[in-house]
Amino acid sequence: MRPPIPVSAPAERLAASSVASSVTTMPLVLDAPLRRARITSALWWSLALIALLCLVALLAPVLAPYSPNEQLDIVALKNQAPSVAHPLGTDQYSRDLLSRMLFGARISLSVAMLAVLLAATVGTAYGLVAGYLGGRADAIMMRLLDACLAIPRVLLLVAVLALWSPVPLISLILVIGLTGWFEVSRLVRAEVLSVMKREYVVAARALGTPGPRIIWRHILPNVLTPVLVAATLGVGNVIILEAGLSYLGIGARAPTASWGSIFFDGSDAFQATWWIALFPGLAIIVTVVAFNTFGAALRDALDPHQLAGGNAR
Amino acid sequence: MADPLLQIENLRTFFYGDGTVSRAVDGVTFSIGAGETIGLVGESGCGKSVTALSVLRLVRPPGRIEEGSRILFEGRDLATLDEKGLRAVRGARIAMVFQEPMTALNPVFTIGEQIAEVVRIHGKASRREAWDRAVEMLQIVGIPGPAERAREYPHQLSGGMRQRVVIAMALVMNPALVIADEPTTALDVTIQAQIIELLQQLQSRYQTSILLITHDLGVVAETVSRVIVMYGGEIVEEAPVKALFAEPHHPYTEGLLAAMPRLGQARERLRTIPGTVPPPTRWPSGCRFHDRCPYAWERCTVDHPPLYQIGSAHVSRCHLAEEPARREHPHEPFVMQQPQRSGRS
Amino acid sequence: MRRYLVTRLAQSVIVVLLVTTISFFLIRLAPGDPFSFVGDINMSATARDQLRAQYGYNKPVLEQFALFVANVARGRLGYSQSMHRNVGEVIADVLPRTLLLMSVALLLSFTIGIVVGAVQAVRRGSWFDRSLSGVLLLFYSIPDFWLALMALLALGYWLPIFPAGGMIDQVVHDYMSLGGRIRDIAAHLVLPSLTLALLSAAGIARYQRDTLLEILPQDFVRTARAKGLGERAVILKHALRNALLPVITLLGLSLPTLVGGAFFIEKVFAWPGMGYVAANAIASRDYDLVTGSVIVGGIMVTLGSLLADLLYAAADPRLRTR
Repeated sequence: MRPPIPVSAPAERLAASSVASSVTTMPLVLDAPLRRARITSALWWSLALIALLCLVALLAPVLAPYSPNEQLDIVALKNQAPSVAHPLGTDQYSRDLLSRMLFGARISLSVAMLAVLLAATVGTAYGLVAGYLGGRADAIMMRLLDACLAIPRVLLLVAVLALWSPVPLISLILVIGLTGWFEVSRLVRAEVLSVMKREYVVAARALGTPGPRIIWRHILPNVLTPVLVAATLGVGNVIILEAGLSYLGIGARAPTASWGSIFFDGSDAFQATWWIALFPGLAIIVTVVAFNTFGAALRDALDPHQLAGGNAR
Repeated sequence: MADPLLQIENLRTFFYGDGTVSRAVDGVTFSIGAGETIGLVGESGCGKSVTALSVLRLVRPPGRIEEGSRILFEGRDLATLDEKGLRAVRGARIAMVFQEPMTALNPVFTIGEQIAEVVRIHGKASRREAWDRAVEMLQIVGIPGPAERAREYPHQLSGGMRQRVVIAMALVMNPALVIADEPTTALDVTIQAQIIELLQQLQSRYQTSILLITHDLGVVAETVSRVIVMYGGEIVEEAPVKALFAEPHHPYTEGLLAAMPRLGQARERLRTIPGTVPPPTRWPSGCRFHDRCPYAWERCTVDHPPLYQIGSAHVSRCHLAEEPARREHPHEPFVMQQPQRSGRS
Repeated sequence: MRRYLVTRLAQSVIVVLLVTTISFFLIRLAPGDPFSFVGDINMSATARDQLRAQYGYNKPVLEQFALFVANVARGRLGYSQSMHRNVGEVIADVLPRTLLLMSVALLLSFTIGIVVGAVQAVRRGSWFDRSLSGVLLLFYSIPDFWLALMALLALGYWLPIFPAGGMIDQVVHDYMSLGGRIRDIAAHLVLPSLTLALLSAAGIARYQRDTLLEILPQDFVRTARAKGLGERAVILKHALRNALLPVITLLGLSLPTLVGGAFFIEKVFAWPGMGYVAANAIASRDYDLVTGSVIVGGIMVTLGSLLADLLYAAADPRLRTR
């Protein structure tokens, strides 16, 4: 849904403008330890936040004061603003918003993580094959990928989901996952192409090591790092995406609570019921910030080139 | 040389980071007379490039020129001059030629634009005049078809051509001093000779002073009148070029000369200086060269040598000046004797 | 250069062809068809079958596909069941509105992104740089529809500074002078375009910052300083000019995002463009209109990235003069 945060080091771009090889005369010792400390702290607090969110999702039945789908009192408790009894208010069906949000965390998080897992797997496999085969097969596979990337994902998802709706959760995960692997493929393929040029892979091929073994032993371990980073950043995106789809009423099926579907249920009257719009939004933002911070910190931590402060060397 | 053009006194340029200080240039003093060409020689990491950048205050943070450093040029101290005054000197009175002609030119502007820009910054020339001057300058540095070439981009030129462009850019304002930092290192040998010849021609034509920075003593021998050898952020020897080649005094200079291929010595194996330049965060105590020196004795490990006067206009930072007899008994340098020494990271 | 142009053009055509194919099959494979839903619920099965036959929906899928491609190639995108007009006409009506929204948003987002990224790079590591990074991360993590919703609530209802949705004032627009009409549209455009722009500016700024940080330590920047240029000229002229080149490619890359974002933004603000029409088409299972919208969306993205690549080739002398 978002322009890509560059996942790998700027090496790819540098290679593109090979003319601009940079030779710095200055020792770039700058603030490496300070930066490292900052990365480490970002890594830890975002990880802690993610863990906390997962814990909250797991413990939803214990933590939630009410059942998420229970219509408490459709007359007296409809669209109640936040109060002591209902800290986050109630929705138009008199359901407790806090309870719905706690249970919604389960759906939103699990849909996002599973969809990303699927996307990362498919994307890695496709990229590996394309990069390894090379030549014409690679060219064809890449053009196909271009076409997939050219279709606006949201439009495609909305079209498919709307025409198939209502879909069960598993299909939602499948559809989101299967439309999300294109960029991972690109990344993996680029990485494969660079790994394939390294001596040990060339040597292994020269020795007649079978292809699958080369892929498994030599190439896959090298591409996993960027995939891990891309996947982490992808979770945030998918949470936003799922929320958007559910907001349109074609995501998680009613009455299942997800952070997006809470909007859908309240979407006719936000002027009066601001809490229904505000709290799920904040929950999404906090979660996505946590995943994006974790992904970015992971990239910085795993990519020593960037430690000098973004200087290409 | 009564009145030097550039006089550097106690130049110290340090880099800060990691809680450590890199003393890249540590108390350098020398001067250049008007119209003089001098060479600044040393291995990479000895501080010669940082010295060059310091003259125009082009050292970027975390590097800093320390207080007490003086860079006197045409009656002003460049070390403390304000930004505006400094900009008026850069490119106009002192110009630089950098090592990598591939990267020293901006890839998105034509070479004509880049030369004309200097004219536009410093002269009150119109766009047209500046362009004409650029073309003229390209002609002077020996680029064929300068009017057409001026419209081309750096990537369309060969390395040698690019270095000619960089030189044209440096000389277009007819500066008093050109600092050439390894101007030939990135070029093929035949092109190297052409560029050196070009620099010499231009030097005699415009009476420009040149500070030639290089690790290649061969380049120095045929070009300059005086040589400064740097090691460990300091000047270790300074002498007229003939004296330096005939009677090198500092063991480091000796090592550099021995490592230089010469005609008539083809059969003898080239010697190399053992070890490498230590990191500028931890210069060795005493003489900074002592761990690589074949003559070093106890005194060298504790007593930092001053610059001893060896002959007329010949100085050397070596205690051998006081105990010349020790030169008769070379030994294995300390770095070779204690290979496990973990001084460096 | 010409070779590059031809190859790139051929590539784009292939991509558009693939987009057409993919969207056709994905949508046709969905359960049901338009005639399961149109008209009266009581319509008899035979009547529906007649309708199917009339529109060729009873033929084998492959034959339908061949027919479909032939029609699309001639610019016929089918018939909208819900709007009772040709899909081509519908899209021709609403496309300019989306293009207006998107181009304003694009302009805004790149301006904001480039300026913010450049400022950050120049002051990299400072308190200022880090807090801006934080703000960008925040914007990058906000769902588009939510930001739109909040903007609408805050500035459309509670503090009614801007009109609360739509593209024109339905009541008085037709009675306005030309200038008044333009002002009317502009006022309606502020919130949707700004929302859309802020969302994509975050990614652009981050990219611009990284690119500029790669450029700043390069030799030619030092050369520019050694020439006697002031720091401002060094950065604005020499460094930024180089750093802007990669950002052009981002233009192409950010288009699918922008189209997707526009979809939600149009829905929230009731901006009557492609996204709005597509959403309605989906709700009423208007197959041809859905397919048509997806194809046109794909063509927009493809053309956009083609344009970005050509722009890049024209802007970078290393490619232009090859």
